[in-house]
Amino acid sequence: MSLRVFIADDEEPARERLRELLADIAAEVPTSVVGEARHGLEALERVPASGAQVLLADIHMPGMGGLELARHLAGLERPPAVVFITAHDRHAVEAFELNAIDYLLKPVRASRLAAALKKAMAAAAPGREQLAAAAQGAREYLSVVERNRIVLVPVKDIVFLRAEQKYVTVRTAQREHLLEEPLVALEREFAGRLVRIHRNCLVSRAAIRGFERNPGDEEAQWLVVLEGVADRLPVSRRQWPAVRELIADK
Amino acid sequence: MPSIRQNAYSDVLPDFRNLGVIARILLAVNLAAFAAAVFAARDVAQAADAFVQTASQLEPLLLAIILALAAVSPWLGRLEYWKGCATVLAVVLGLTAAANFAYGMIPGAQGDLWRMLVLAAVAAGALLGYFRLFAKAFSPALAEARLQALQARIRPHFLFNSLNTVLSLIRRDPKRAERALEDLADLFRTLMSEPRQFVRLADEIALLERYADLEQLRLGERLQITWEIDSAPNDALLPPLVLQPLLENAVHHGVEPGTGPGTVLVRIERRGDRVIARIENPYIEEQQKRVGNRMALENIRERLLLFFDAEARIRTTTDQARYRIEIEMPYKTGTG
Repeated sequence: MSLRVFIADDEEPARERLRELLADIAAEVPTSVVGEARHGLEALERVPASGAQVLLADIHMPGMGGLELARHLAGLERPPAVVFITAHDRHAVEAFELNAIDYLLKPVRASRLAAALKKAMAAAAPGREQLAAAAQGAREYLSVVERNRIVLVPVKDIVFLRAEQKYVTVRTAQREHLLEEPLVALEREFAGRLVRIHRNCLVSRAAIRGFERNPGDEEAQWLVVLEGVADRLPVSRRQWPAVRELIADK
Repeated sequence: MPSIRQNAYSDVLPDFRNLGVIARILLAVNLAAFAAAVFAARDVAQAADAFVQTASQLEPLLLAIILALAAVSPWLGRLEYWKGCATVLAVVLGLTAAANFAYGMIPGAQGDLWRMLVLAAVAAGALLGYFRLFAKAFSPALAEARLQALQARIRPHFLFNSLNTVLSLIRRDPKRAERALEDLADLFRTLMSEPRQFVRLADEIALLERYADLEQLRLGERLQITWEIDSAPNDALLPPLVLQPLLENAVHHGVEPGTGPGTVLVRIERRGDRVIARIENPYIEEQQKRVGNRMALENIRERLLLFFDAEARIRTTTDQARYRIEIEMPYKTGTG
């Protein structure tokens, strides 16, 4: 059985080179290339249906880089193992070392590639937390897996996030998505963009239009009015001073 | 094999045809004359009178000196520094003596010859010293430019990706791979060479084309370069590596981060006695503000200032999703 490999790199010669190398090491590690993509977004569309077991992903790609790509793919039921490739990125390399994530340096050597593929077959795909720890910035998108397809929600479209039972509801002006990520982690990742207004709720700073008095509720005296959605969300007594201050800075 | 010189920039005389240099001379000498007038006078009104009187004798002499120095400037540049200084001093003293003689024809205007000679020598010496320090103050920018050229200007990212591209070509198209390696070698030869003071524009354009060829191989149809260089004055002189880093920035910040094709414009032309180079790329906001881009610009600005003084300009503008850099410099050629 040959290993199903997917290649994501924005440079055509680099993809070509990887195919050549895979052919060179076929005796040692039999592989078949099941797909290619020129950037992260394209890879996100193609990887789930390709049945790839291993993804070779360049870190620097336009639109979406390899790391964010891997973080979204990690939401799949059976995510591919990922081997990152970089020409020269000291920071990324340090982060990978620190988090025990496998990577290759460009130009790639055949022997290294073979070793990385063997290792990838043996080990589990890097987990979400592991990838998040190695990432150097916030994602540009949140992702939801719907019927083995990855649906992206641009972070800049988020109006609010609300924790409910097991899920987090992501509200954009258009629609709602259910997310399986802890609210605390999201708060940390998007600290500059989202503000906590309540134990269970983060809102986009940019979407805040103003505040209204809440006549009924005891715990929350203020409601936040948001751009693009009709919902009025309660600001808890505890968060109110911090929220008011942040908004004053805006 | 000559030993490695610690300082490739030996002292050089300023270019006396440069407007910035001329302005500095005029300003400095007049300021000194004014200060002397204020110092000797009892009140400001008297100082103003004294200055006007001094100026009537000073300005014709000063202009004559500047004209004479401008006339011999290219020849001065070829002399050894100290011989050049001696020549400048000789010109100044000679003209001062001549002026003293000429003023002698006007009744009541006769000044003491020795007093005038000493003043002229002091002023000339002080200005030569100033220009030497001025040049020295900017020479770290040159050393740094060279270092940057190696460490950052040709980004390691570019080197490794280019090598990777060549590797991918070796089996498919060995001839093309050979050419790519030759381009890479030429590029690095230029970057690692002793920095020269000037290069011909034709050489800098050849370097741009080598670099563009390599990037074209790597990025394929994503990179589209429009060359408008037919009327570029090939013999114009400019400091080395002024344009290549700008093209590299254009590709790195304007084309690489885009998923679709991006167009870069390179336009170099001569307008009268000015050479104008413009490089344009698609504007991707978060990219252009990066430190790397600003550092390259700052370094080029410093080198242009050193080579052309106030006569060169570098401007960046952004509009309609395009980022533009325009460099304007005097059209200078080897013949002076």
